[in-house]
Amino acid sequence: MKEAHHKGHGRIYKYGMAIDLDKCTGCGACMVACMAENNISFRKENTNDRLTQNFWMRVYKISNGRPFPDSEISYIPRPCQHCEGRDHHHGTPCVSVCPATATDYSHETGIVSQIYTRCFGCRYCMAACPYHVRVFNWWDPKWPKGMNKSFNPDVSIRMRGVVEKCSFCYHRLQRARNKAYVAGRRELHEDEYQTACTQACPAGAVTFGDLINPKHKVYKLKDSPYAFRLLEKLGTNPKVYYLSTKDWVRKAGKVFLGNEGRG
Amino acid sequence: MFPFAFEWVNDASHFVFMGSVYSVLVLLMIILHYCGIRALLDWLCKKDQGHNNH
Amino acid sequence: MRFFTKFSELDSTLIPKGVKRCSFQCFLVWIGILHIPLMVGVVATLMCWGLALNVTYLNNNFPFGLWIAADLGIIALGAGAFFTGFLRYIVKIDELKSIVNFAVVVGVICYAAAQGILGVDIGQPLRGWFIFWHANVHSMLTEVAFCITCYFMVLCIEYLPLILENRQINKFGFPRGFAHHLHEAMPTIAAIGVFLSFFHQGSLGGVPGVLYGRPFAFREGFLVWPWTFFLFILSAIACGPCFTILITKITEFCARKKLVKKNVIDILARISGRMLVLYLVLKTIDTLYWVKVAGDVGAPFGSFYANQPYGIWVLITELGILGVIPAIILLSKKTRQNEPLLILACLLNCSGIFMNRWIMTVQTLVVPVMSFDKFVSYHPNWVEYASTLLWLWLGAIFISITYRYLPIFPQEKELNPL
Repeated sequence: MKEAHHKGHGRIYKYGMAIDLDKCTGCGACMVACMAENNISFRKENTNDRLTQNFWMRVYKISNGRPFPDSEISYIPRPCQHCEGRDHHHGTPCVSVCPATATDYSHETGIVSQIYTRCFGCRYCMAACPYHVRVFNWWDPKWPKGMNKSFNPDVSIRMRGVVEKCSFCYHRLQRARNKAYVAGRRELHEDEYQTACTQACPAGAVTFGDLINPKHKVYKLKDSPYAFRLLEKLGTNPKVYYLSTKDWVRKAGKVFLGNEGRG
Repeated sequence: MFPFAFEWVNDASHFVFMGSVYSVLVLLMIILHYCGIRALLDWLCKKDQGHNNH
Repeated sequence: MRFFTKFSELDSTLIPKGVKRCSFQCFLVWIGILHIPLMVGVVATLMCWGLALNVTYLNNNFPFGLWIAADLGIIALGAGAFFTGFLRYIVKIDELKSIVNFAVVVGVICYAAAQGILGVDIGQPLRGWFIFWHANVHSMLTEVAFCITCYFMVLCIEYLPLILENRQINKFGFPRGFAHHLHEAMPTIAAIGVFLSFFHQGSLGGVPGVLYGRPFAFREGFLVWPWTFFLFILSAIACGPCFTILITKITEFCARKKLVKKNVIDILARISGRMLVLYLVLKTIDTLYWVKVAGDVGAPFGSFYANQPYGIWVLITELGILGVIPAIILLSKKTRQNEPLLILACLLNCSGIFMNRWIMTVQTLVVPVMSFDKFVSYHPNWVEYASTLLWLWLGAIFISITYRYLPIFPQEKELNPL
């Protein structure tokens, strides 16, 4: 992979997540927090329509397919995986296909960004992403009266016709860096940059941090024998690790085998 | 798209790709201008090119 | 009434000498009829631009639908323009001079349609120029956009002499000379067209082929180009001439006269048949290799066809019914020279390639990748159909006007003496 450009911070980071599926209750607090944090538009007519709703974080429900009393279910919260890709020819699946360079992989932070003002909505990145993390603004956002007062000022509102996705709350990283800079520091503490979904999770299932910093919790969690990533064999090299002691849940990370999905 | 754009990188992919685009566009413009100028000169010199010649 | 008579007189002065055309009233009625479905398409297009893309049946699972499949299909069908030009000007098959003009006309329509459909498909049409201004040179779609735009310019340059050879325009020295010199430069222009077409036909194959997150579509390949790059070029060459033949036959049917000699059609059909056979052989090898490669990443072949309506019948239809059968018809001189069989072969061939484009775009998105994902079905709605078919009606109007006023068929006078 290309060497990172050390833009004034002197270090490379690989921000990622470890999500403990044994702890996740499927409550959806992460989804709500994400929507509130990132000014995600919604339409009450499409509340249950997973095909057109703008969920950046989405919780899937899976089951082991066995009848009672052996039936088990699990929940898989799925943010953007911020894939690194495998090599120069197979970079991040969505980044390499964008014709207008409206999405970019940062070698400094490991985060895949999206430039809303440059995206012209060809949706090629959506076709490229196997995780369905990218959503398209099929409508112009319509906000309930007065809601504009509760927008997060750090996150721009997207208009129709552009693609959006989870950004690992990049605006929070910028804010944390500014704060640290004012305090005369360059390095951030682990708790200074956390995503909204991580902080909202009541079960503590989501852990966020720098995957290559030994001081961060995710560093150890990613090496757990119970850790797996979704679609690992494809070589997307995602930064979201899932943990589960259940064998059948770990198998969920494999590519679709031909049986109807239990999602 | 242009070498003066901030995201231009001086690597092989940019040179080959955009170089080919510029070459094609320049070639097409040259052909059009050449044909136009030849036709203008012929017309000024009152040379008749006849009709359909394909 | 006076205006109508004046227009009628003007119309007759524009018609090429030595050929017969229907009356001006009849022509107006024909154009008027074509405007009816065209208006439906215009309304659909305006709805997409005004109300946003939620008026379609596209969704987050199907970002690509009829528009993209139609785009790829139309460009494959329009390959007759560059391939006929290549055969005429570079391989120097002289007989094709009787059909190369019409192939260019069909090409102009196809490429204009492709760009027009893209103008509706993208979420922010006013930002469409970003693909040029902020070009990502590594993306296949960038290569497609540049090559298609440049090739459309080439097609317009190839079409220009036809306009200049209109009876009234040709009276003037400068347009006549310009057309003459453009004809002299045509081999160079055709060569540029071949170069551009090679890359955009191929890059359209690269569009699904580079998606390594979608085992159904992904192919390894040669350097940066997946095998679908080369297969798309071959399939375009195989079906392009057949599409040109089809449109020629339709035009002859509407004009109620023969416009091109049988031997010219036969040459195109024969070459198309051979290209189709070559394509089918390579496609079969690619399919068998793909079965193995997809299995290596844990995607068994059966998983791609596990759910109707995308069962294994899709593969059998694409390669068998719409591939092998037209190839057999086009290869044999006896069947090729039987007009109904020839038209059937052309229809099957073009449908097969169109189906291939649908499979590589839409079916790619149908097949789930994550194990807990579901098969979700897609079908276009009337808005998508109407805005796509708009270009069919526009194309019919364009051909009608071109045929009426411009000398596109050099053999017309010989085949229809007055």
